[in-house]
This record gives sequence, C-alpha cells and structure tokens, in this order.
Amino acid sequence: MPVVARVEDLSVDYITLRGVVRVLNGVSIDVREGEILALVGETGSGKTTLGLSIPRLLPPNAVVRSGKILFDGVDVFKLSEDEVRELRGSKITVIFQEPRISLNPVMRIGDQLAEVLEAHVGIDKKTAYGRVEDMLRKVGLYDPQRVMKSYPFELSGGMAQRVMIAMAMLLSPRLIIADEPTSALDVTVQAQIIDLMKELISSYRTSVLYITHDLALVAEIADRVAVMYAGDIVEVGDVYDVFYDPLHPYTQGLLESIPKIGYRGKLRAMPGEVPSLLDPPPACRFHPRCPFVMDECRKVKPKAYKRGDHVVLCHLYREEGK
Amino acid sequence: MMGKELLVGEDIVKLFPVRGGILNRVIAHVRAVDHVDIAIKKGETFGLVGESGSGKSTLGRVLIRLIEPTSGRIYYDGRDITGIPKSRMKEYRRLMQIVPQDPYSSLHPKKRILDIIGEPLEIHYKLPRSEIKERVAEMLSKVGLQPDHMYRYPHQFSGGQRQRIMIARALVTEPEFLLLDEPTSALDVSVQARILNLLQELKREYGLTYLLISHNIAVVDYMSDVIGVMYLGKLVEVASRDELIDRPLHPYTRALLSAIPIPDPKTARARRKLRIKGEPPSALNPPKGCRFHTRCPFATERCMREEPRLEDVNGDGRHLVACHYWRDIEEEEKWHPLKT
Repeated sequence: MPVVARVEDLSVDYITLRGVVRVLNGVSIDVREGEILALVGETGSGKTTLGLSIPRLLPPNAVVRSGKILFDGVDVFKLSEDEVRELRGSKITVIFQEPRISLNPVMRIGDQLAEVLEAHVGIDKKTAYGRVEDMLRKVGLYDPQRVMKSYPFELSGGMAQRVMIAMAMLLSPRLIIADEPTSALDVTVQAQIIDLMKELISSYRTSVLYITHDLALVAEIADRVAVMYAGDIVEVGDVYDVFYDPLHPYTQGLLESIPKIGYRGKLRAMPGEVPSLLDPPPACRFHPRCPFVMDECRKVKPKAYKRGDHVVLCHLYREEGK
Repeated sequence: MMGKELLVGEDIVKLFPVRGGILNRVIAHVRAVDHVDIAIKKGETFGLVGESGSGKSTLGRVLIRLIEPTSGRIYYDGRDITGIPKSRMKEYRRLMQIVPQDPYSSLHPKKRILDIIGEPLEIHYKLPRSEIKERVAEMLSKVGLQPDHMYRYPHQFSGGQRQRIMIARALVTEPEFLLLDEPTSALDVSVQARILNLLQELKREYGLTYLLISHNIAVVDYMSDVIGVMYLGKLVEVASRDELIDRPLHPYTRALLSAIPIPDPKTARARRKLRIKGEPPSALNPPKGCRFHTRCPFATERCMREEPRLEDVNGDGRHLVACHYWRDIEEEEKWHPLKT
C-alpha cells in the first residue's frame, strides 16, 4: 500500500528549565494511504509529539536531534515556512481534543470555514459558502445554515467537534492527525463522532493518524496500531495481531490492565511508573518494569524485529531475525 | 455480611438555583437530582454510571451530606441523618469519607503528607502528635507507600501516588463507607489497575461499603455488586451487576453499552450497536415525560407525556427499570450490544 507519511529514526528533545527531555528516541513509522493508524500510549509516551512533528507543529522549545519525515516523498524539514503552511492547510489537517481552542471565538463558523477554502482553493465567497454548507451537512449537522451563523461558544462539545471535522475535511487532505479528538466528549457522543469519522474516511480515502490513550477505542476504529512507551514505538501491527497476539511485554501488560466488561479476575497491574524522560533508563526504556528483563535489555537498545507486518522492539524476538 | 442497608436516600431532590438579571434573583433551577431512591447495602459496592450532567456526583455528595438535599431523607444505618445538627453529624462524617476524582487539585500543595492525612485525626480524635504519626505511617503502608513519605509534599508524588494519599486520608478515621467519585479518571490505565486492585483489597480488609461513581461502565462493572444508571437527574435502571450487563433493559443502558469501546477488535466491529442521536439536554429545562425521549429511538407520544416509574422486572426488587416499553423492546430487540 502506498505510504503517505514516513517518519524515519526521529529523535526530538524538549529544552526545559529542568533539563533536556528526551521525548522521541529514534522512532520510525509509515502512515499508509487510506488507513486509520492509531498511536496509543500513556501520558508522556511521546505520541502527541510524534503526531505534531509531521506537520511541523512542534513547540518552539523542541529540537529535532536526528531523523527525517517524508510526506508524499517530500522532506518536510527542508520545506520553507510558506511551503509548510501550504502543506498544513491543504494536505495535512489536525483535529485537537478541545475544538474550541482551534476555532476563532469571535468569528462565525460559516466565515471561518469559508475562509479556509478561499485561502487555499481560491474560489469565490459564494461557492465557498455552498461547499461549507454541504460539508457541515455531511458531518451530521442537520441545520447547517444555523451552525454557520453561530459562534463557537454557542455550540455543544459534540457539535463543535463535528465542525472541526468538517473543517479538517474541507480541503480533502491526504492525512488527518487527530489528537484525542473525543476524549472530552461523553461516551454516547464519542460513539457518534467515531462512526462519522470512519464513514468519511472510507469515502474520501483519507489517512488518519489517531492519537489516543484509550486502547479500547483503538480496537473499535484502527486498521493498524503503534504502541508508544517513553519515546519509543515498541510495537506496530495490524489491529487484530496487536490485540490477539501482542508481542511486546508492555503491550501485553497494558492489555491485561484494562477492565473488560464481564471480566471478574484480578487486573494485572504493571509494576513501577512511567520513567521521567529527563533521565530515561538506558538501552530498552521498558526494562525496569519488564517481567522478562534480561542482561542485554539494560545494555543494548533492541532493534525492530519483524514477524510479517508485525514489528516489535524487544530482545525476546531477536531469534526471529530482522 | 451483605444485606442490611447502610446508606439510604429516599426521594432525593437537589435543585441548584441559577441567578441572573440585574437584581441577581433566582431565575431558574438546575434539576441535578430529581426524586431518586437509592439503597446501598452493607459490604457492597454500588456503582453509579452516567454521563456528564446526569447528577451522579451530586447524588453521591448529597448522600454523605457534603451538600444538603432540597428535599428527601437520608438514613445511615437506619437512623435519619437528614437534618441533624453539625455536632451530631460529626460522628457520621468520620464514618463516611470521600475519595475525590482529581488527586492533583485535592491536595494542599504547601502541606506535608503527615498533615494532610493526619488532619482528620486531629479534628475527630484530638490525638497527640506522636500517635498521629504512628497512624499516618500505618495508613501509608496500607496504601502501598513508605512511612517516611509523610515528610514530603504533594508535588513530590506521581498521580497514582497522590490518589493513594487521598485513599489513606479517607481511611484514617476508620470509616465504614467510602464515596469514590471517579477515583481513576485522571490516571493512566496501568496506574488505574493498581488503584482499583488496592480499593478491592482495602474493602475486603476493612469490610467497607463503597459508592463508586464513574462515567466508565467497564470500571463500574469491574468493581460493583449493584449498578445504577443515571440520566438527567433520574435513576433509569438498577440491577445487580451481572443482571444489568446480561439483560440491559432501558434503551439508555443499551445505548451506553453500545457506545463503550471494547478492547476486542472482532467483537467491537461485529456487534450490533444502539446509537442514539444528539447530546443530553440541559438539566435546566429537562424534557417532559420520559427525560430520555428526545434521544430514544423507541420513543412514542406516550413517552413525551407520561413519566415512567421504576418497575420491578422480576418481582423480587432486584432489577428496576423506568421505561414504558421495556417489555416490548426486550421482546423485539433480541440482540446484545456486547455480543455478536
């Protein structure tokens, strides 16, 4: 399958008053055309940093130490500011957790969305408003005229997130980066938004990098999953492989620690805590918490071992070759 | 030892006034809890599930009298504690404690852990300093922390550790009842698992009774003996955990079970889901009749007019549902939102 975005050996640090935070530790991942790739991890795993590095939206204190990002074959780090802006507007769009942050509070929804079209497509106002109306209807807003006349504060959380999705889809982007887009919503509203995104994505063949902490949600929506831990992608694979045959001890631990309806046994709780990335553990960053830790894990960072399309970063699998 | 009712709420109503206009007069009321009956038995965990605005947190706080009900009565161990004065309430405060949601904002940043956990001992028991230290050390070990942690400040702890501190503080007065208000919502899943396990162990060790409030039905299912589902200030269905999960009767319960993501990709995709439209209406002006009718796919004209009462499904009082059409829906919709 063609690759839309390729991240190669990316390392990113944050320079902070408390020291250098090593957020990404040489991660590589492909986002394929038309897929929903879930990037799942706990707080501080680096999932948002990885997602935002693709459209070059990292905060000013971030330093890219090594690696590159290819978007449709183009090296993103070599683009000029203008070129990046163009890329962000038309080829990559981002949906954040809190929709109201991304919307201009003093501008009517219709004007904001039409402006996006006018700026990037160069069509006249009337055509732009017509397309906005169509798109708002497609995202399930039954009275698009009224929504267009509203200000962001007049919308409920679910409606605002639908508007964000409409805005993200307007220019038919190649890639949508969705950073916890439903975490602030109630579960019945989340379900509606998830249905909507799946439907739109399959009809537009857009790729989605879906960033979340919620493993169960991943099982509902993703085609493939990348599991992040302390700045590394420790496992990548097809959603069925990762859930039914998890390879990395961290993925295994994570899956056993979530309550499943009907499960009555004891939850397996991983020992220890997520390490501080100011001073991450050497070699395999998971080794202090790993039930299968070997001498090697403390000394050598594991390579990516492949089992078909299923990749794992763990010394336990070195016999399977590279 | 389950059986006797420990905490009972009878016909609880809680209205919050909304002020406005130039005279700042009360112009409306939010009907946060609207005529709810609830009984929590000794030794059980009662799980209360619902979305934002359902009134679950308010109901919990009314039951332990952190906030006063507008009307209704509260009984603790058979005694009416509704209007009793502060002096007499003190003993019940010791017996009913709360573990709040957010361990980040619930701990005073400038107080040492010793003072945070020890404070209730000073208030309730007026214990000497040395004994307080001893009790705090003991509580810290009980919740999986070190005794010398008592000399540290909250910022020196992780989220999971802070929640352990909150649990230690709640337990230090030797309560019988704990209100757990979204105790793990702010935590990562690997940390959540340990807190849930800890709460289960403590319950067994001390014979505690819990009221667990959560928006996460998987957490509620895991922890509870009985589950109550709330929607817009009303309890719409109550049953034992297994009965509620196996036989969800209220359309809202079915919708909740359909909406919750399940960590099993095959079942997640193959199962049938009951989708409901829109978002919960405002509790300022709840819909007439059945409050769920605006989102219910089965609603009829009767639902707009007539408010359903809780009906006893099996005739034994163990499964209650407030829906005019639960029989018809169960008869016609023979599928389960968690199964394929």
